[in-house]
Amino acid sequence: MGGAVAKAVVDGVLTGGVYALMAAGLTLIFGVMDIINIAQGILVVLGAYLSYVLSQDLGIGLFLGLLITIPSLFVIGVAVEWAFMRRLQERERTALSILVTYGVAIVIEGILELIFGPNYVQLRAWYVNQSFHVLGFYLPYIYVFGFALAVFLLGVLYLILYRSRFGRSVRASLQDRAAARLVGVNVERVSTITFGIGIAVTAAGGMVFGATNAFNANSGYDLISRLLTIVILGGLGSIGGALGAAVFMTVIEGLVAVLWSPVWATLVFYAALVLVLVIKPVGIFGQRAARAQ
Amino acid sequence: MAGRGLRIWSPLVAVCLGGLMLAACGKGSSAGSSASSTPASKAATGSQSSVASKKPVVIGASLSLSGDFSADGQAFQRGYELWADYVNHHGGLLGHPVKLDILSDASSPTQAVTNYEKLISSNHVALTFGPFSSLLTIPTSKVAARYGYAFVEGAGGAPDVFAAGLHNLFDVATPVANYMLPFAKWVASLPPGKRPKTAAYPTSNDPFTEPVINKAKSLLQKAGVRTVYYKVFPAEVTDFTPIADQVATTGAQMVVLGSVDVPTVSAFMQAFEQQHYNPKVFIASAGPDQGQAFLKAVGTSNANGVMVPNGWYPGVRIAASEAMVKAYVAKYGGSPSGINADVAEAFSVGQVVAQAVKATHSLSNAKIISYLHSGVKLSSVEGPVKFDSKGENIAALQFIFQWQHNGHFVQVLPTKAPGSQPVLFPKPAWGS
Repeated sequence: MGGAVAKAVVDGVLTGGVYALMAAGLTLIFGVMDIINIAQGILVVLGAYLSYVLSQDLGIGLFLGLLITIPSLFVIGVAVEWAFMRRLQERERTALSILVTYGVAIVIEGILELIFGPNYVQLRAWYVNQSFHVLGFYLPYIYVFGFALAVFLLGVLYLILYRSRFGRSVRASLQDRAAARLVGVNVERVSTITFGIGIAVTAAGGMVFGATNAFNANSGYDLISRLLTIVILGGLGSIGGALGAAVFMTVIEGLVAVLWSPVWATLVFYAALVLVLVIKPVGIFGQRAARAQ
Repeated sequence: MAGRGLRIWSPLVAVCLGGLMLAACGKGSSAGSSASSTPASKAATGSQSSVASKKPVVIGASLSLSGDFSADGQAFQRGYELWADYVNHHGGLLGHPVKLDILSDASSPTQAVTNYEKLISSNHVALTFGPFSSLLTIPTSKVAARYGYAFVEGAGGAPDVFAAGLHNLFDVATPVANYMLPFAKWVASLPPGKRPKTAAYPTSNDPFTEPVINKAKSLLQKAGVRTVYYKVFPAEVTDFTPIADQVATTGAQMVVLGSVDVPTVSAFMQAFEQQHYNPKVFIASAGPDQGQAFLKAVGTSNANGVMVPNGWYPGVRIAASEAMVKAYVAKYGGSPSGINADVAEAFSVGQVVAQAVKATHSLSNAKIISYLHSGVKLSSVEGPVKFDSKGENIAALQFIFQWQHNGHFVQVLPTKAPGSQPVLFPKPAWGS
């Protein structure tokens, strides 16, 4: 049993990295722009399908393909922000964003369904099903690579947001849009780029998701509630919080599945959210703290 | 002013676009359901033209065209459509063309109930066909019963489906309790030295899977196979890694997985391979029977040795099945081995209803129900059909299939059944 428990912890940490990668864009957009992106799940699936097309039809490796899929999703993000998000009134932005992004999700899902059909597919590469042995555990390459990718991309995101001139513009425009304009910040442009970055990073999450799960156009629905939970638990807008929360949740879930029953594992996932919100309503890292960093 | 208007309307435009897309999908499926729209029906003979000119018999069904069961739901839709094509080319029902009215339930039992309410009380369909899966059949069969409609279905064989004792319910597929019977008998027949000594039973908490796995566990324990793992997981699980890894740590020589779809089976197989765990036997209650959809998800070489119970496969030597396979390939393309077994289950539903209508010379649901309960033996692409008092098909054939030789889906059990090939045992290593 001890081995199974230790394995559950290792699995939880590695799987948490994958979820953090999928949730990073959501926390960025949700926390920094006050936009609840219900389309995040289907955008993960879109990222997975883009990687699928590149690897199956053009023979481009999954990680190399990110050089194409990340810019592609950035363009889609910019287009969505330009077409819909910037037109939402500030006072009602959060509530209306749910409707708008839900509409976007349905459109993307419909298009993917028409193109790829209902059958499940999965990304293939030599490292997807292989693992290496270390300290008595077999660690799957794809999860280790996914975790490393998550740490790298979340680090880049952090530097962009909190250690760059652009990041200061983002946070300034959100603290007070009028004041930001007065000091020369192009608020609309900053919002568009931020939204684009948030969607772009989802391409990486989609690639790892597609390599670790069979998926079709409907797979996004299973993801969105978990991703929202991670983002809220980690603190809206906190990139590091997303990683911490994802690892925390998947470790807890894995331990409950192994020690008790998988039936209760999912419940514990959401019970932990309720508990944290009761104790600390702004999550582990609060939204204000995230914006002020 | 214009800018404000745009701001107000933009969310609505997005939602409307989504709605339009959904409507387009729904319309597509509905239009596709009408047999008169198929190329084959355009080449109808003179007598068929006279059939087509008569008022159509509308048959309603709710199918999971999106959501978790979308792969199965869309395969069912193809099965119903193929049957509609077939029956319209053979004089229709009592000389009337058949038209399908298929609504999507997005894999939601609640929506499926709403759909059958709408089909019966608002759309006034003449007959109803069942949805996909026991989960959706349980609540929807009650709706049909309330209105006195016969409810013939092909994918609701769980004991819970029949627990309500509905008189209108008929399942053309094999009763779930018998699903693993040939498999358990085969394991028990193995020489003690070769027989797997331990087994793991991870299962989804679906009304279909749990009875299948529990029965298999009971039979295999009687055969001397020790249970080293038995846990139920919820259908909503998105990450199977901790569950699959725990199964791997038990080192069970046999894994009997209670699954309803491809992603579940695929996730377990991937985790097993990553953990360098290769059980001697790996059988899943559903998923590997989905033809090309399964191979695409798991990879052809990984599928070698994987087993699944079912009542039909594309190579079954039944004339009607061979004709259906030919029609499927002509209409949808692909190859016979890529055909989902759900297609045959759906086609069988149509065949059974057509035989009942013909025998009773009526579209009366009461007469159809009475006829199907009469003990009459009917035929389908899946083999013989005979219903007991509960509506279960007691004449159904039950086989175990196995993926062999890189992409060949072959019947292996019962060993003495016509067409059975030798079982690939022990299962080859993953990817070989």
